[in-house]
Amino acid sequence: MKTDDLVAMLSTNVEPIGRGLVVRTISIAVAAGAALALGFMLVGLGVRADLTATRATVFLLLKVTFALAVVGMAMRYLTRLASPGAERGISPLASAVPFAGIALLGIINLGMAPSSHWNGMILGDEWLECLLSIPIIAIVPFAVTIFAVRRAAPTNLVRTGAVAGLVAGGISAMAYALHCTDDSLPFVAVWYGGTIVLCTLAGAALGPRLLRW
Amino acid sequence: MTSTEIELKALMLASLDGNASSYRSLLDRLSSRLRAYYKGKFARVGRGATEAEDLVQEVLLAIHLKRHTYDTGVPFTPWVYTIARYKLIDYLRRTRTAARVPIDEGTEVLAQDDHADAESSHDIRILLGRLPEKVRCSIECVKLEGRSVAEAAARCGISESGVKINIHRGLRALATFIAQETKDENR
Repeated sequence: MKTDDLVAMLSTNVEPIGRGLVVRTISIAVAAGAALALGFMLVGLGVRADLTATRATVFLLLKVTFALAVVGMAMRYLTRLASPGAERGISPLASAVPFAGIALLGIINLGMAPSSHWNGMILGDEWLECLLSIPIIAIVPFAVTIFAVRRAAPTNLVRTGAVAGLVAGGISAMAYALHCTDDSLPFVAVWYGGTIVLCTLAGAALGPRLLRW
Repeated sequence: MTSTEIELKALMLASLDGNASSYRSLLDRLSSRLRAYYKGKFARVGRGATEAEDLVQEVLLAIHLKRHTYDTGVPFTPWVYTIARYKLIDYLRRTRTAARVPIDEGTEVLAQDDHADAESSHDIRILLGRLPEKVRCSIECVKLEGRSVAEAAARCGISESGVKINIHRGLRALATFIAQETKDENR
């Protein structure tokens, strides 16, 4: 095939293209992923029973704020990674800011408590449930996010996969927060932060396989 | 900002608005520059001009299929460069060459022109023949014969939006066939 013929073919009757499609597609995917994760949580785990208590509400808000910050930062980065050449000038470290914030709060909290309480503050009652639930709930949002990113053009597949995993982990943590009754800052830092990092690593491992185009 | 950037970006913006002659001119310019870039790269790893042309065509298809990912608020040449380099690495990996692509300046991709009357190893007619009937019909009517989408819809017996979807799907399939062919040839 002559390249001239290909050029002629591609440029015949060319359709106009809408602007901002990458951001729109990824936003829709993340919203859909969040709705699915929420549904999954409601059916599988249920909302915590003591939501009317002030302490429960405060911690729910805190967990959701942390998860939202993770998702927001990661999404901004993901839309850049999905457009060739747009990655420059944006730091991957920005995505780590919410983690640094919650870790700092956790450490301050531990510092103010007697060391005999540390074990309970970090492990809580349901650390194992948290460790399992967040990655499992993240699977569907991850799949939906990857589907959307595939329609764009990521060129750094490991990093894009990782950030897709980060977004999915954040969405999942947001949904899980409605169920989780462990109300301590060190718990959120270790188990929420840790499981979201696990999702990120899984995404990095899967990225090259799932995102190639 | 170089004059290349200004010129190519203007063409790209017009192309995204559906201006066919701008798009043709853009793809012409990009193909001669990509050709010079890939020939240079391939000469260093002992590969020929036909292989370079295979890759030029693969990248042109990729640019076409991914043109919605260009953010009009940023320069255009880094977008092309990133795709060109991604496809080069992918191609070398696929065809099993242990070559390392040195990280070069983004300007290198578009630095030179090569207007050789170039031909790849792919046969468009054979590739089109592998597409499902309605998909092939849509592409032939609209993209090869230059008929309107409405005419194609009547001829292929599907709706207008069906024609548009089929064209996109068909071009995507062609890109996949081309990638598969290069992989098989080099096995």
